Amino acid sequence: MTAGDVLDANVDLKQPDERERRMRGRNRALLAVLLGLVALFYAITIVRLGGG
Amino acid sequence: MSELPSTALAPYAGAAVGDYVQILKPRVMSLVVFTGFVGLAVAPGHLHPILAMVAVLCIAVGAGASGAINMWYDRDIDAVMRRTAARPLPAGRMMPGEALGFGVVLAVGAVVVMALAVNSVAAQLLALTIGFYVFVYTMWLKRRTPQNIVIGGAAGALPPLIGWAAVTGDVGWGAVALFAIIFFWTPPHFWALSLYRAGEYAEAGVPMLPVVAGARETKRQMLIYTLMLWPATLAPWLLGVAGSVYGLCAGVLSLIFTGAAIRVWRDAGDRSARQMFAFSLLYLFLIFAVLLVDRSGGGLP
Repeated sequence: MTAGDVLDANVDLKQPDERERRMRGRNRALLAVLLGLVALFYAITIVRLGGG
Repeated sequence: MSELPSTALAPYAGAAVGDYVQILKPRVMSLVVFTGFVGLAVAPGHLHPILAMVAVLCIAVGAGASGAINMWYDRDIDAVMRRTAARPLPAGRMMPGEALGFGVVLAVGAVVVMALAVNSVAAQLLALTIGFYVFVYTMWLKRRTPQNIVIGGAAGALPPLIGWAAVTGDVGWGAVALFAIIFFWTPPHFWALSLYRAGEYAEAGVPMLPVVAGARETKRQMLIYTLMLWPATLAPWLLGVAGSVYGLCAGVLSLIFTGAAIRVWRDAGDRSARQMFAFSLLYLFLIFAVLLVDRSGGGLP
């Protein structure tokens, strides 16, 4: 991402605490998605192996 | 060359989780998921509940991915229209590349998982739906022709076919009937909206029918499509996909929908168009809900 992109998109530039709060939120969401995917692929594998 | 403002080099906070959810167009996604689920539920045959859940999840993620890529491409016109100006991209809460990357990853992921877990026909239909929505509707038709939502509406009509194909591995006549319902429902639904948003569409340069052909012609075509919706709506009953309860309810709902189109045709103002838009959502939901209930209630011949 270049500084030009930032200007083009008129993106809000946040204070560090806001930045950290958003990063934490994204990290937690990503963790939930990854755990969900693990569970999903486990379930798919079990069903497929069982001939479902 | 002018120097960048010092603030431009400050760290970008990145989009919030809520913004990522918003670019998936959750309200559109909910209707897509519901119609896809009904297609899956009424299809003849059996699919393991876990795999059925995976199929519905893939349809949902694919729909969300289409929405994200659509928001990436349309960010310039979204900024002009009041209805869409607060979306994460035009509001500056998300970088365009983030939305595009997010959409592409979800689209590829949804198709791959559908192929691995369910079957290749459902995966191909899902890929076709995403590709049609992104390339045919969003990039090609939307800004070029007033028939944008007529042809582009095919993308929104495909989810029941995907659900059906997830169970059967092919596309039967019943699935085509479900496709036809959404296909013929889409023009009156979107044109009702565009009748009272015509000014915004004109400002954004989107050639919706009321902008190009005027309100009178739009209302005439809305009525025609509403009449064309009749055989499509009754087709599941005539084909034996649904029973007589569905047939009766579909007839009554179509009568009300046609009445709404006639009211729009006769009304010089916006009020009836707003009411028809709201009812169109309820109409589609009820048609598919009754189909689901009639099927699960053993109303089949």
